Amino acid sequence: MINLTIDGKPVSVPEGTTIMSAAEKIGVKVPRLCYHPRLSVEGACRVCIVEVEGMRSLPASCAYPVEEGMVVRTITPEIREIRRDIVELLLDNHPTDCQTCERDGNCELQDLAYSTGVRERFFEGERKHYENDYSSPGVIRVPDKCVMCHRCVRICGEVQGIHCLGYHSRGFKTVVMPAYNLPFNDSVCSTCGQCINACPTAAFLEKDAVHNVMRALADPNKHVVVQFAPSVRAAIGEGFGIKPGVPLQKKIVSALRLIGFDAVFDTEVGADVNIMEEGMEFIERVKAGGPFPLITSCSSAWIKFAENFYHDMLPNLSSTKSPMSILGSLAKTYYAEKAGIPKENIYSVGAMCCTAKKFEAARHQCWLDENTPAVDAVMTTRELIWLIKSNGIDFMNLPDEEFDDPLGDSTGGGSIFGWTGGLAESVLRSVYYFITGETLVDIEFDGLRSMEWVKRQTINIGGTDYKFAVAHGLQNAHTLLRSIRDGKEEAHFVEIMGCPGGCIGGGGQPYARTTGSIPLDEKLLKKRADALRSEDRSKTIRRSYENPWVQRLYREYLGAPLSEKSHKLLHTKLVSRLPVGISRRENKP
Amino acid sequence: MSCTECKLTESEKLTELSAFIEAHPDPVEAQGALIPVLHRAQELFGYLPTEVMDFVADKMQVPTAYVYGVATFYSHFTLIPRGKYPISVCMGTACYVKGAPAILDTIKQQIGIRTGETTEDGLFTLLETRCIGACGLAPVLTIGDDVYGRLTPDQIPDILEKYHVEK
Repeated sequence: MINLTIDGKPVSVPEGTTIMSAAEKIGVKVPRLCYHPRLSVEGACRVCIVEVEGMRSLPASCAYPVEEGMVVRTITPEIREIRRDIVELLLDNHPTDCQTCERDGNCELQDLAYSTGVRERFFEGERKHYENDYSSPGVIRVPDKCVMCHRCVRICGEVQGIHCLGYHSRGFKTVVMPAYNLPFNDSVCSTCGQCINACPTAAFLEKDAVHNVMRALADPNKHVVVQFAPSVRAAIGEGFGIKPGVPLQKKIVSALRLIGFDAVFDTEVGADVNIMEEGMEFIERVKAGGPFPLITSCSSAWIKFAENFYHDMLPNLSSTKSPMSILGSLAKTYYAEKAGIPKENIYSVGAMCCTAKKFEAARHQCWLDENTPAVDAVMTTRELIWLIKSNGIDFMNLPDEEFDDPLGDSTGGGSIFGWTGGLAESVLRSVYYFITGETLVDIEFDGLRSMEWVKRQTINIGGTDYKFAVAHGLQNAHTLLRSIRDGKEEAHFVEIMGCPGGCIGGGGQPYARTTGSIPLDEKLLKKRADALRSEDRSKTIRRSYENPWVQRLYREYLGAPLSEKSHKLLHTKLVSRLPVGISRRENKP
Repeated sequence: MSCTECKLTESEKLTELSAFIEAHPDPVEAQGALIPVLHRAQELFGYLPTEVMDFVADKMQVPTAYVYGVATFYSHFTLIPRGKYPISVCMGTACYVKGAPAILDTIKQQIGIRTGETTEDGLFTLLETRCIGACGLAPVLTIGDDVYGRLTPDQIPDILEKYHVEK
């Protein structure tokens, strides 16, 4: 143990601890910007400087290890002044459009400017100016807002294993961008949106959909239907000052009707249908003896990632569309026919926790035909919050309302799609019945539910052992899939969710900062998962195949899972994409 | 650049680069070898075309964004083709006071290009460099691998002429 003094208080920490971590042990939180506990140390912003007795310069406390007998001060008049200058220099190369910026009131730079005491501006110098990148259907890049903390580069590489973002040039001219300054749409970007979540400012944002949605709502010829994902109800309250962990679907339904949507459906019904199709795919593979593993394809970021990085494994992926695209397809066919509305007049909107769902909606392989997208516009949870607020709605005081029929009644098997392991669990609840003809009694699988990065559980169904594996965060998908590809392990069913925590941690969710938390915060993710868990437990029907509305849908319209009609409406095709992704192999310790 | 290498075909150059990468004990582990590999690539191709960076990234299993980051960080690397003979005029302090700006101006007039540009015949690229560590010879310039020191502007036409002849 190393003994040192911080702000006059003695502290004892293991060797190798940084000054910043040691200070946290005695309750001192040094101001910071580029530092993130889950990412590698960058030491780029210098905001976390401290004074160490006997040292000539002021070291960055996030990177500097403690030494025996060190005397550290985190607060002195000199440090206050220098920190203020550092932040002011960042501001001086940053646009001054706070009032109209998407991150107004939710911006680390704004807060830092206030908390470090920037009141007057002393410097005025050269400003950078670059073009924004609007090429991707999901994520836009706004280089002028970048403060060079490089958290996006680190999350893209270290957590997501994509390494799409890197640096161009150096010094004042450094810009964060994909290789060769390729537009996002032509790069290996998975559109997961984790760069948006990690960014302290607005250098990455989702591509706006609200404008198009409002235009459709204003069009009297359009019948506008909307659906929203499980994770949206689990997190939307954060945008209205409610503690995370409260499911608010009934308020959302109410708000959406008030705004003018003609029908409000539940993406969870799409999830129930997804289980029927994907479950039957699994049964077919069991009968045929492979190919194993069957890999889920609900997460759109994972789809894009697989299409760039795992060309050889695409045949393993389930062809079933995601719950959103399933529901969108059914809204324009099944519902349209029932309601007697031509499908051309239906405008289908999704409110999702996800930026990659914007990519999915634009993906022709998910369309009904070459002129008909299953979903016309996708808003993120953040955009939905903004849509509600910008209509002047007092969200928390709205009455509770129910979804519309026939695509509004879901089971617990649909609710649990939102967190890592939930989809695998939901598949199990139904597949058990498909194989054995018996109802699964114990339907919660603790081995698949935790926040571990890669989870494995062997489950005996009808006398045969089936290996289920789950990974979330795309770097962990690399770990699991490489291990399977190299023959080091075997799996029958693999669930992959692109974002850490699953959809509840999606790139379109409220900024962690909204609740005073930080990106990738496990506690926040668990609370959001709790909201969905309580929704699952509150439902009388928790197995997707038992959903009477889904049974009716198959009886009246689709026939059976994997029928010709199901294939036409509810299945997609995976394609190999260029450029081929290259990801760093994990370095041996 | 030795002339045997100038005459290699594109695919022979890639084979050569491939061998260079494989010469490292474990190309996957040895990501620190990226800079020497890019040096070799630039020696072979004269610059770093996208296809070559893609090749290096794939062969070494280093993300393309990282290769591109290194290639754009160091001013030694160039992503656009350079002339056969790159002219680097030292603009370090010693050379600067000893008259490097006048040398640079003379060259610009003689070959009709600005700093960073390449002549239409592909013979020369004009570059300004920081101190090359030959201050005793100030002002200094290099053309390809040749070094010229204690220069005066009137020497420039004769020096450049040599390379026109060698063409």
